[in-house]
Amino acid sequence: MHYLLSVIADDETTTATPEEDAAIEVFNDRLRATGHWVFAGGLGSQGPATVVDYRGDEALVTDGPFIESKEYLAGFWIIAAADLDVALKLAADGSKACNRKVEVRPFL
Amino acid sequence: MSGSSAQEAVTRAHREQWARIVAVLTRRFGDLDVAEEAAAEAFATAVELWPADGVPPNPAGWLFTTAQRKAIDRIRRESKREDKQMQARLLYEDDPAEPLGAIDDERLRLIFTCCHPALAPQTRVALTLRMVAGLTVPEIARAFLVSETAMGQRITRAKAKIKAARIPYRVPSAPDLPGRVSGVLTVLYLVFNEGYLATGPETDPIRRDLTAEAIRLARLIRALLPDDGEAAGLLALMLLIEARRDSRVSASGELVPLAEQDRGAWDAALIAEGHQLVRERLAAGEAPGRYQILAAMNAVHTSARDVRDTDWSQVVALYDLLVRLDPSPIVALNRAIAVAELDGPEVALATLDQLAEDLADYHAFHVARADLLRRLGRGRQARAAYDRAIELAGNTAETAYLTRRRDQLR
Repeated sequence: MHYLLSVIADDETTTATPEEDAAIEVFNDRLRATGHWVFAGGLGSQGPATVVDYRGDEALVTDGPFIESKEYLAGFWIIAAADLDVALKLAADGSKACNRKVEVRPFL
Repeated sequence: MSGSSAQEAVTRAHREQWARIVAVLTRRFGDLDVAEEAAAEAFATAVELWPADGVPPNPAGWLFTTAQRKAIDRIRRESKREDKQMQARLLYEDDPAEPLGAIDDERLRLIFTCCHPALAPQTRVALTLRMVAGLTVPEIARAFLVSETAMGQRITRAKAKIKAARIPYRVPSAPDLPGRVSGVLTVLYLVFNEGYLATGPETDPIRRDLTAEAIRLARLIRALLPDDGEAAGLLALMLLIEARRDSRVSASGELVPLAEQDRGAWDAALIAEGHQLVRERLAAGEAPGRYQILAAMNAVHTSARDVRDTDWSQVVALYDLLVRLDPSPIVALNRAIAVAELDGPEVALATLDQLAEDLADYHAFHVARADLLRRLGRGRQARAAYDRAIELAGNTAETAYLTRRRDQLR
């Protein structure tokens, strides 16, 4: 079972501090060592985001994020976990490491 | 076999076996939805077949086998959708037992699953009442003062989340238990209350199966967490209320209020056990939570040999503590009822009038109001309040009592 752990930041101007980065690396190493690691990444700010919409006759390209929000996605982990309890524990440690809220969602 | 005795057999089996069947099927198939639907179908089949064919010699076994077959049918029907894991499960009649959590009780696992913190608190209670206590959606909707449709959707969404997010079917491990237990206590108390003042015209006024199940599970939780004050408090509370059960409904099926009950008929052993727990909590010297306060109130009531000996100032003092923890209108209502004994019905009625907007659809509000108005000699208003209370009351014994009270007024 795979879960997406989304890192929710509520202030776009602050990037991770060196301490946060170090804690995230420790957490990542633990995920690898315990077999929960699938993939992870940090995301750039919403400034350079571009939205493409080709549901109609032509592909529309718009500058900026798809949603205006006070909170935004700053990064994510994709983890393998046996069940939600395991995922929630890892999410709690991840939240502690990166010092942000983390949303847990199962993959279909 | 007469239809009515077959119907009784189904009803009894439903009370005794529902939770076990749902719990065992959930463990086997790992799917709450499959388990519940299959259990419901098995009971529906029994309702259809037993009056004609007779009640089988082993009703529980019959229901379990039927439910299991229904579950397998259902999974096979749906298994075109690639559920290999589920298919694999069907091949093995006896799964190797999964490692048990802190307690070996199927129903307790089911409760902890339904009370998982990833579910909203109200949803946990609703789901437990449905899956563990076997209450119908209309019964639960009634207890929550919401529509059946809304309640049905809430339960469906919760089951879907359990499945999609893979909320595990297990009792949490020892370090996680304390954090999970308060949700479970809330649920057990609601199950107990539904048993104690059962709703529905076709239901016994007291559903002993539900009160007994709530007490049994509260004992398990208490044994598991002997230092948890609220677990002890809830058990004490239930025991002290249960002790008065037999005096609470008259031979003619009418509710008997506390003041009029035959105190000699209260269960002395349950009272002694409840008092012992309350004393234990007092000795612990910790700030009491909601259940410990409610248990202490019930200890005051059960200590009085006669209703006139009741220490109402103590009861009101305990309500003052409770109001600080829970400033809800329902607590305020109950406090006002105790205040009436201390300061008279007029003072209490003034408090009630301030709660009228919040509690307009809550039957106990109109019961209390009717009683106060009656005591104040305001017969016509009391009648109207009884009318509204009767309209809202779902418990047959209570309706009988209220009707008689109303008809005594001129």
